Amino acid sequence: MRRVVVTGMGMVSPLATGVEKTWESLVAGKSAATRITKFEVTDLPCQIGCEVVHGDGTGRTFNPDDWMAPKDQRRVDPFILYGMAAATQAVEDAGWTEPSEEEKIRTGVMIGAGIGGLQWIAETSLILNERGHRKVSPHFIAGSIINLVSGNLSIKYGFKGPNHSVVTACATGTHAIGDAARLIALDDADVMIAGGAEASVCAIAYAGFSQARALATAFNDTPEKASRPWDQDRDGFVMGEGAGVVVLEELEHAKKRGAKIYGEVIGYGMSGDGYHVTAPAPDGSGGYRAMEAAIKRAGIAAGDIDYINAHGTSTPLGDEIEFGAVKRLLGDAASKVAMSSTKSAIGHLLGAAGAVEAIFSIQAINKGVVPPTLNLDNPAESCTGINLVPHTAQEKKVKVALSNSFGFGGTNASIIVRAYEGD
Amino acid sequence: MSEIAEKVKKIVVEHLGVDEDKVTDTASFIDDLGADSLDTVELVMAFEEEFGIEIPDDAAEKIQTVKDAIDFISANA
Repeated sequence: MRRVVVTGMGMVSPLATGVEKTWESLVAGKSAATRITKFEVTDLPCQIGCEVVHGDGTGRTFNPDDWMAPKDQRRVDPFILYGMAAATQAVEDAGWTEPSEEEKIRTGVMIGAGIGGLQWIAETSLILNERGHRKVSPHFIAGSIINLVSGNLSIKYGFKGPNHSVVTACATGTHAIGDAARLIALDDADVMIAGGAEASVCAIAYAGFSQARALATAFNDTPEKASRPWDQDRDGFVMGEGAGVVVLEELEHAKKRGAKIYGEVIGYGMSGDGYHVTAPAPDGSGGYRAMEAAIKRAGIAAGDIDYINAHGTSTPLGDEIEFGAVKRLLGDAASKVAMSSTKSAIGHLLGAAGAVEAIFSIQAINKGVVPPTLNLDNPAESCTGINLVPHTAQEKKVKVALSNSFGFGGTNASIIVRAYEGD
Repeated sequence: MSEIAEKVKKIVVEHLGVDEDKVTDTASFIDDLGADSLDTVELVMAFEEEFGIEIPDDAAEKIQTVKDAIDFISANA
């Protein structure tokens, strides 16, 4: 099988626009959670979230005009805007903005979303009801459907290889990177732009997730305390939004053009719970099997893993189930690993989460720092025996990192990245 | 320039993101101003909104240049 490396990264996160700026805030222990400003929350049980704040692009803000012409911004749901911004960063970072015609044919895109154009679908249904079908935008469909980050990116750069998209709820970003890496390994492409995007900090999503009893509701007055994976007081996840995109490349292809190599994707595993639409299987077997499959594919031992970026959403059920699965998998090696949940800082980016967290895992490898789990004041009783990196980042040599993502429907994905140290 | 022509040109500039001086009377939305079929539907919707008129689909299909739009709106607004 052909080897696959990461040669570009891009990100729009609630902490900042850009990988390095986000990372700086992340390892400094900053939280992006605030009271919601984008819509009226007075009647909602959850009134907080991690918003991508629009502005001039300085500080934590995101400037749409930096990434898309104003006339085009009106034609897409924000998830496409965020996806295009992250993907453009990644392509530029990889130095792949002007490939030859032949190289374009060997370059594909696989950027997904968990829900996609929910905001625009909600707004359009109101227009349809109030003003009739002739007032619906002709751009509505192509601006709302999930594969249109992949589509728009291929149009922007002329990438003519496989054009695909993943929709596996909160596992989307991880599946996208894993599947895209396989397309390269199987020689369907030499370069793949892969990741996830989401813009679900909107009223209809809050209504739906609230009714599913999934969101944190006890911290409306202290938003920065709400996302607290593995902590005894956790009571649900905090919504985030944004996008993460990587450029994946066949190793020899990357070496030949002198690309900088951030790490190698060595393992990818998938499984299904076959249990419930929203609740994870209580025995954690789904997550366990995804991690086990990724380790087998990587050809490493479980004890070789230095850092785990957990799914860790801060929900009462999921955190402890994942913790148990990791502990069983690692056995005696559990005491050596560091595991954290960066959702404690940026919230849960749904379909973008896996991609953003894979990038954090790659950053941990390259920076020798593991990001913290904020708000972990009192770990749940069952959560002992693993370093969960409470409150502050830790220096640690990370050669191998694993990132987990689990989604509604009982879909699980794990990806393993290793430091690239030459052949 | 009539008030209608001025408003039409402003809408075209905003929606197609083109320079004002390119929006001449004879400019074709598709051939000269880079619009696609979705853009032309959006333009017609914007005209309807601005001038409070309804432009039926068969009439909309005939509006291909800036002047076509100005003429139709002048006759129907």
